Amino acid sequence: MNAVAGTRPSDAGSRVEGAPVLRKIGYVALNTYRETVRDKVLYNLVLFALLMIGSSYVLGAISVYQEIKVIKDLGLASISIFGMVIAIFIGIGLVSKEIDKRTLYGILPKPISRSQFLLGKYFGLCLTLLVNVMVMTVGLYVLLFLMKEPFAPALLKAIFLVYLELALLVAVAILFSTFTSSILSGLFAGFVYAAGYLSSDLKNLESVVESAFLPQVTRVLYYLLPNFKNFDVKAAVVAGDPVPWSQLGWATAYAAIYIALLLVGSCWIFQKRNLK
Amino acid sequence: MRAVETRGLTKDYLVGSLLQRKKRALDALDLEVDEGEIFGLIGPNGAGKTTTLKLLMGLVFPSGGEARILGRPLDDPEMKQQIGYLPEHPYFYDYLTGRELLTYFGQLFGLSREERRQRCRELLEKVGMTEAADVPLRKYSKGMTQRLGIAQALVNRPRLVFLDEPMSGLDPIGRREMSLLVRELRESGVTVFFCSHILSDVEQLCDRVAILNRGKLVESGRLSEIVDVSLRSLEVVVEGLTPELESRIAGSFQHSRRQGPRCHISFGDSADFERTLPFLVESGVRLVSVTPVKETLEDHFVREVKAGGRE
Repeated sequence: MNAVAGTRPSDAGSRVEGAPVLRKIGYVALNTYRETVRDKVLYNLVLFALLMIGSSYVLGAISVYQEIKVIKDLGLASISIFGMVIAIFIGIGLVSKEIDKRTLYGILPKPISRSQFLLGKYFGLCLTLLVNVMVMTVGLYVLLFLMKEPFAPALLKAIFLVYLELALLVAVAILFSTFTSSILSGLFAGFVYAAGYLSSDLKNLESVVESAFLPQVTRVLYYLLPNFKNFDVKAAVVAGDPVPWSQLGWATAYAAIYIALLLVGSCWIFQKRNLK
Repeated sequence: MRAVETRGLTKDYLVGSLLQRKKRALDALDLEVDEGEIFGLIGPNGAGKTTTLKLLMGLVFPSGGEARILGRPLDDPEMKQQIGYLPEHPYFYDYLTGRELLTYFGQLFGLSREERRQRCRELLEKVGMTEAADVPLRKYSKGMTQRLGIAQALVNRPRLVFLDEPMSGLDPIGRREMSLLVRELRESGVTVFFCSHILSDVEQLCDRVAILNRGKLVESGRLSEIVDVSLRSLEVVVEGLTPELESRIAGSFQHSRRQGPRCHISFGDSADFERTLPFLVESGVRLVSVTPVKETLEDHFVREVKAGGRE
């Protein structure tokens, strides 16, 4: 047997087996992580976020008696905003870029299903976001340490919920990425994110408008769109208000169910999609 | 068991932006490829060759008909475990190096760490890419990407390999190496499904061919069945043939053409040539070369495609 073909599994009479399903998803996730960490845009964003956190020191210095509050406020906001930018801008290209550049042509004929591939891409970007959020969190705690502020574990609760919010946002971005272009995916995901923060206002709209039709639309949107306010405890944490563990538990379950539904929808669309 | 079998495989695409209409890219394709052979799918641009491969690879879904590879449906992971595919104008992750790409694909096939390491080394050496193994793909030329594309199609030691325009982007040395590699694959029992519009390559390499035109199968079979292998004419080149001598043999050849001191004479059949040759030699004419002219796959292809175009 020569070097080109070699000894194939079938030649040896054994059953032809590939990698286990979870391992395949893991390989795609690790490759997606590698793709994002080799992207210079990501480094610029993380660097910019760390600078933002650092600059809160200056703003804190001019806020008499409010230094620590300003640093915590700005630090948490930076983690949230830059995480959101990374989640949307990388998330929208995860699938559509693979289709546009035709890199999928090399992957899909391999023994991996479209759903496994999509899940791998999702978890890969979640891993990237986890590392980024951790780097920014360390940056914030280092700054607080330099300000001689005692370790504040309550901040971690807010950061954990920011991460859940980002994981949900990636699932939203991936859903749009499976059937439309990167630009439209970005617009749609941005709209869902903004509307998700306004969803409680959407529900209240029926009490302030007299139209019969509009409240019905807003009610549908309220139940359909993820409520991102469920993940926002930043102000409470900075103010020193207690955030019960049960709230974290409910938010986690809410995110898990929403993410699962979005991923099932994404897989269903992607399974049926003809590639160009 | 057939390596590839399609029955009435059809693909319609929707074209147009506002008022969409169906355009048939592939029309009821029936194809059979036996194990161990090199099968060539040829056709002009837009004939449906790449659509056929995309359907077989599960990149697009058929509008009608069915297909099986190695006796299994197209979405069967066990079947995918045994095939390799080189897409037309391949494009891989440009942030990876050649070695990383092969390793990644080897992981998806479930190769162990040691197998991956060994397979990467073997294949990179085979396609002449050992020195560029750790260079990011964004720095690869078209020919280097093509070579890596061939390596990735073989990473799992496939039973069946689909090559879409494998010679594209390769220099003459690369094309020769590719021809040798395809032959080597067949010798080791691998079935090769070969899509190309470079007909001389197909003629040289393939056991059987199918001609597609406008999405329809025009013809399929062994090359010897498709192409008329009987002698068409003899192209003889001589030196020292005077106009007088040429006029004396005028009835025995089809046409002649002078090029410097040489004269190219076309004989309709070998009997005419055999009768004329002693006279020419006795008259002091020097024989330079004798070339039998047969129908090529290209002649046949052009004739069939033109005939299809007139219908």
